Amino acid sequence: MNATAKAGQVGRSLPRLEGRAKVTGHAEYVHNWQVPGMLHGKIFRSAIAHGRIRHVEVDAARRVSGVHAVFVSDDVRRVIPNPYYGPAFHDQPILAIDKVRHVGEPVAVVLAEDPHIAEEAARLIVAEYDELPAVTDEVEAMTSNVIVHDVLKPAGTFPDLKHLEGRKGTNLALDFRLRRGDVRSAFAAAEHVFEHTFRTQPVMHTPLEPFVSAAEPGDGTLTIYTASQSPSFVRIEIARLLGWPENHVRVKTAFLGGGFGAKLYIKLEALVAALALLTRRPVKISLAMDEQFFTITKHPSTFRIKSAVSKDGRVTARECEVWWNGGAYADIGPRVTQKSGFTAAGPYDIENVSIDSYALYTNRPPAGALRGFGIPQLVWAYESHTDMIARALGIDPIDFRRRNFLRDGRPQATGTVMQDAATGKVLDRLVERIGWGRPFDRGQGNLKRGRGIAIGFKASIAPTTSVAIVNLYADGSCALYCSTVDMGQGSDTAMAQIAAEVLDIPAETVRVVHPDTDVTPYDMATLGSRSTFHMGNAVKRAAEDARAKVDALKAELDLPPGSNIPLPELFRRKYGMQAGNIIGIGSFIPSYASPDHDTGLTPNATPFWMVGGTGAEVEVDTETGHVRVMRLINVADLGTPINLRIVETQLSGGAIMQLGFTMQERMEFAEGQLLNPNLADYKIPGMRDLPARIENEAVAAEQRNGPFGAKGVGETATFGVSPAIANAIDDAVGVRLTELPLTPEAVYRALTKAGR
Amino acid sequence: MSATRRIRFTLNGRSVTVEIGTHETLVDVLRSRFALFGARESCGQGLCGCCTVVVDDRAISGCLFLAARVDGARVETIEGLATGERLDPVQEAFIECGAFQCGFCTPGFVLMTKQLLDENPEPSEDEIKHYLSGNLCRCGAYPEIIEAVRVASRKRKSGG
Repeated sequence: MNATAKAGQVGRSLPRLEGRAKVTGHAEYVHNWQVPGMLHGKIFRSAIAHGRIRHVEVDAARRVSGVHAVFVSDDVRRVIPNPYYGPAFHDQPILAIDKVRHVGEPVAVVLAEDPHIAEEAARLIVAEYDELPAVTDEVEAMTSNVIVHDVLKPAGTFPDLKHLEGRKGTNLALDFRLRRGDVRSAFAAAEHVFEHTFRTQPVMHTPLEPFVSAAEPGDGTLTIYTASQSPSFVRIEIARLLGWPENHVRVKTAFLGGGFGAKLYIKLEALVAALALLTRRPVKISLAMDEQFFTITKHPSTFRIKSAVSKDGRVTARECEVWWNGGAYADIGPRVTQKSGFTAAGPYDIENVSIDSYALYTNRPPAGALRGFGIPQLVWAYESHTDMIARALGIDPIDFRRRNFLRDGRPQATGTVMQDAATGKVLDRLVERIGWGRPFDRGQGNLKRGRGIAIGFKASIAPTTSVAIVNLYADGSCALYCSTVDMGQGSDTAMAQIAAEVLDIPAETVRVVHPDTDVTPYDMATLGSRSTFHMGNAVKRAAEDARAKVDALKAELDLPPGSNIPLPELFRRKYGMQAGNIIGIGSFIPSYASPDHDTGLTPNATPFWMVGGTGAEVEVDTETGHVRVMRLINVADLGTPINLRIVETQLSGGAIMQLGFTMQERMEFAEGQLLNPNLADYKIPGMRDLPARIENEAVAAEQRNGPFGAKGVGETATFGVSPAIANAIDDAVGVRLTELPLTPEAVYRALTKAGR
Repeated sequence: MSATRRIRFTLNGRSVTVEIGTHETLVDVLRSRFALFGARESCGQGLCGCCTVVVDDRAISGCLFLAARVDGARVETIEGLATGERLDPVQEAFIECGAFQCGFCTPGFVLMTKQLLDENPEPSEDEIKHYLSGNLCRCGAYPEIIEAVRVASRKRKSGG
């Protein structure tokens, strides 16, 4: 599989294939979708965090001229008797049933041909609740008397959740544990012990195309148009909810106006499906920006990390306890808890490791995947902790990392032996670029300068499947059918390059057919930086299959294998005219072994590792606490890039997004209410928030089981940003922040407390 | 909410007449009557720039701008920027520099960049950042956008 690129299609910095459509405003988004007779839905949402629904008064809304219908959960149950969905737990009702569990939970929906009328009418709905006490903190949720769900209902998809079936009286949606070596003895024998606790805040993906889904009923069929990262999952889950065969549900996507993990699994799809069946009309729901904050968020977390360190600066044991605030519905949180959890000890070679990673239900809006799937929260803690240990022991932080690094050929905490993880190279390039050993201007007066670095790693998701089809038409042109969703990461271009490389044709000529479950084959989802590796391998195999069939056709026509007769001529000789197809199919599922339930150990945790590091130079104003990021250097191991230019924009964009989560973004809750669900009060990075300099580098590396040596990159640059900046702040002014975001207020308070 | 009005305006160089609801925004009308989807509502507060439309040579936020106000005005959208198959230099520069990822904010950035270069043909980096600070890109393509503005400036100077 590690054939190197020879045709020159892989390795080209080809501009994105859809560039022209995007700069002219013609690119297709689900946002644009409209058909005659379509109804628009507006959701009425809970104003409280936790309560029993006494009554929902919808009559006034129904009476508004132009309103087609108003529905509550009882109506939904007429078409979907058991209307609970979710990828890990079947815990989320399409509209609230009996109880509401978070502010902003959908309770009722108004339908009208004019979306403004639906919005006006939704304002007239009144709900009465018996308010219940709410639990909002992830650590308190472990022991709270407030229970979010009376009974746990695992979906049955994941074997490690089955033991939770029917559990009562708990908010714990998964307790992942890993035990390696003898942690207790190692701590007892340690020269030094360090323990710190770190926290991260609730933030939101904020795709600029807000969630949008539509459904159109047919004769015993349903077509769903949705801005989704996981069309195959949507089809399976909607078919399950309706009790229909998969082939009666068709799911189509288009370009996504951003996803970042928000638009995964089921969001609005089950609701629009129910509404289309209830009304027998096409129904579309487009969320407003504020509603996105109630739909999915990034897990806030608390991480207690404790390390035993020997006299010579070796970490001999590490104990990690991580609490993930999953909100009121599990979404994919339990997978975050496990998949990220097993890397919580960091990219270090530690003999004795204990990890407990807890997924918790709370009365907050649900949390799910967000660009890194929990890894940025973990790296924030372990790379801050690593720096704090090095500083306390008077060891250079780079040197301390080098002493402890997990190198290829050594077992990671799970026992899986590291392969093709260029951790050392990433650190070397960071050190070189930032000029670690060279003199550094430390600023003067109230402006103090410092620098810091941080490195994180991530295991790819497994086991997951991708299938692709390459179709060669009789004129020799080529179409690629794959269900990978291009949400800005450039997958259309990368996949076209992979197919073109195998077929030895220009990548620009490959037509990439967008996800349509009636047309494009199964793909687990576009998430976790998995597409380049998983779908890339499937596309490569599909193209190889097509090429083999071309050779077979040559043989059938008594032509020598090396014959250079053009493809259209082959078709003419076979079919007597311009007719027929050659169809190549490829599928890919990497090998994997589930971790043991009691120890978390497995010899094969992941098909590949991603490594990302960041170096930061900052200037701290000691009078105001304001931090200016002067320089942000992102270095990553992403194997051999398929398209270096696009890869660099992924690194840069990922780092800028994480910079927002590091410096400024936080969903502010007070009295159960979300105070800032809008872009006026929840500030995402703009032009003015950029670091003065931003640099990106892909180290020379190869992922040997990846397509042409490549692996994923979408999340890599997010890993190190937060701790690199916190480490740089410490370097500049000697104060340590342990909670995100690193606002001027937080820095100023820390300075005051430290008497600086 | 049911009051309607007939308005007439120039849309991308063509004179058009349309019946609108007085509560409808310019973005609503462009989408529902003219199938123009390049201006998009995102934040709904005039803070992200995704809904940028040019009315009488000034960029406005189309999601806050009532359609009734364009009666008699000249309206230009991203769809009117290219001349036939020939892209505007700003559009060419955005493609060459890879100055977008998901593309949702791109029409707004392209229109604002054109307006910036009309006013200030060779802006400094600081001027670029200041002028485009009202447009947001969640994919974080800002460094490439700044580069695209510079490239577009050079292209315009050399006549395309």
